[in-house]
Amino acid sequence: MSVPLTELSAGAAFAGHAARIREHIVAMCSGPEGGHLGGSMSLVEILTALYFGVLRVDPAAPADPDRDVFLLSKGHGAIALYATLAERGFLDPAELAGFGTWGSRLMAHPVRAVPGVELPTGSLGHGLALGAGFALAARLDGRPGRAYVVMGDGELQEGSVWESAMGAAAQRLDNLVAVVDRNGLQISGRTEDVCALEPLAQRWRTFGWSVREAPGHDLDALVGALGSTPWEPGRPSLLLADTTKGAGLPFVAGAVHSHFATLSVRQLARARAALAAGTGGGGRD
Amino acid sequence: MTDLRRATRVAYRDRIAEVLARDPRTVCVDTDTGLFQGVDFGAAAHRYVNVGIAEHNAMGLAAGLAAGGFTPFVHTFATFAAMRAAEAVKIDIAYNALPVRIAATHSGLSAGHFGPTHHALEDLAVMRCLPNMTVVVPADAAGTEALLEQTLGLPGPLYLRLGRKPTPPLPAGAAPPRLGFAQVLRTGPDVLLVACGPHPVHAALGAAELLAADGIRAGVLNMHTVKPLDVPALLAHSAGRALVVTVEEHWRAGGLGGAVAEALAESGPVRVLRLGVDDTFASVVGDHDALARHYGIDPASVAGRIRSALSVGPPVIEEELHHGHRLSRM
Ligand SMILES: Cc1ncc(C[n+]2csc(CCOP(=O)(O)OP(=O)(O)O)c2C)c(N)n1
Ligand SMILES: [Mg+2]
Repeated sequence: MSVPLTELSAGAAFAGHAARIREHIVAMCSGPEGGHLGGSMSLVEILTALYFGVLRVDPAAPADPDRDVFLLSKGHGAIALYATLAERGFLDPAELAGFGTWGSRLMAHPVRAVPGVELPTGSLGHGLALGAGFALAARLDGRPGRAYVVMGDGELQEGSVWESAMGAAAQRLDNLVAVVDRNGLQISGRTEDVCALEPLAQRWRTFGWSVREAPGHDLDALVGALGSTPWEPGRPSLLLADTTKGAGLPFVAGAVHSHFATLSVRQLARARAALAAGTGGGGRD
Repeated sequence: MTDLRRATRVAYRDRIAEVLARDPRTVCVDTDTGLFQGVDFGAAAHRYVNVGIAEHNAMGLAAGLAAGGFTPFVHTFATFAAMRAAEAVKIDIAYNALPVRIAATHSGLSAGHFGPTHHALEDLAVMRCLPNMTVVVPADAAGTEALLEQTLGLPGPLYLRLGRKPTPPLPAGAAPPRLGFAQVLRTGPDVLLVACGPHPVHAALGAAELLAADGIRAGVLNMHTVKPLDVPALLAHSAGRALVVTVEEHWRAGGLGGAVAEALAESGPVRVLRLGVDDTFASVVGDHDALARHYGIDPASVAGRIRSALSVGPPVIEEELHHGHRLSRM
């Protein structure tokens, strides 16, 4: 079990995966029950970087005790996770077509029945404590495993996040890595208008974390940062990933209403065309 | 044919701006639900407070507002109200008997394929065991409007259980629901069905219709007020019946079935069959209708369970048989 090595840059090597994950996401949002489109699209490069460039995981040995553990604390991004797990070989991509429908095992929040999903999430503010627990278990057992937790920025308004933040720093869990999908939006508006988070990097630092920021749709930057933890021995690491909600789809990118969508046949065709043309970019730039 | 289906949460939402405009002592506390997107609170806009994704804070804030003389309406999903924010609901709201209105959407199985993190199958048990709490479960949009209006003057806290997607209206002809009194939807001398919420009440009515074809005459009570329970109506309508059947979108423990069984256990020998969601976290995936059917909350399943209960005699303890979750009784 090792990180795939490549002569290419992460961006060049993994861009195809990210593109296919985006295609899967829009397809899943065109099912009868729709899907969490915006927050899934903003996750694509973060998940691609983790699953192809950082995490020591093996679809053939999903329960390897020495594996790294990933938790999608913003569980409503499940379709991005399922698409990534399919792309990484944990499940058959054909299964994605059944998302949310009778007979499928793919719920709109991650379920343990899906290979590669460690623990169910979906109620915001749970993942960081779970990750800290995995990190502590690895340390107690002397195992090399690291825990990676991805949270939404709106999710940070949950008080439980800050209990976990304080606790993980107090335990000096430097095998714990958190990523914030900083897309600036939540369901009802901009995070800064609803309940302001800034100065966010400073807040995490004062809670005892080692903090970095990265453009959240730049695979090279993400792999570089997430692949080099701990940045400071004895401290958990937090990456603020500057992302765009709905990234890749020019007609919803950066829009509050991208949060949840049931794409019509026409909208799906339009989304696919935009993805093929790359007009929505990986993000803003 | 026009679609008369309407979501109880939308019926509620459409009334609340008016409530805020009418009463300057009311406050709308939101937790990033999105329920109020596009709602114009007009001159009351400063009394709309969105605290973000922070349900415990919302409940505590509401308690403080209520102690300070306001009547707050707090909005979150049912499971987050009952579990995430439970201690603030218990200590800060119920203990102090403060007039906080908790409007809880996505109740029961209405979150569908969102899965167990979003299903609320414990909220009635949690809320109805709290002293001072009034617990109301409207069965349709019109009932939501009627009951909301009647709860406005309650001196203590209210838990109002709402759904997500549109559901059909109750059949025309029934008198509007009155807070604290069971709504009699059908009478029958053989069996009494007691239900709350859109899918269960429709399942009960449909089952009564199916049973009528077999010569079994069933009555149906819409028990929209789960607490305080209308025990006099329950006793009157269950007297002499072979069976009382509860139907609800809740785990079978502790909800409406629990309330009805508790009340009847103290008053007389009548068998109670509690229908609801199995003692399990849903592992099947589907929309609200599919999940309700899967757990037997539909006319045919309810009628079938009643037929076999009437013909087979005393029931086994279903939860244990279903899941092999046997406890040693030695
Ligand atoms: C405890 C809890 N409260 C509320 C919700 C409902 N909810 C789902 S997503 C969401 C907004 C999340 O915003 P953010 O974390 O910024 O995610 P993103 O923008 O990446 O979609 C909310 C309020 C929830 N899932 N869990
Ligand atoms: Mg966000």
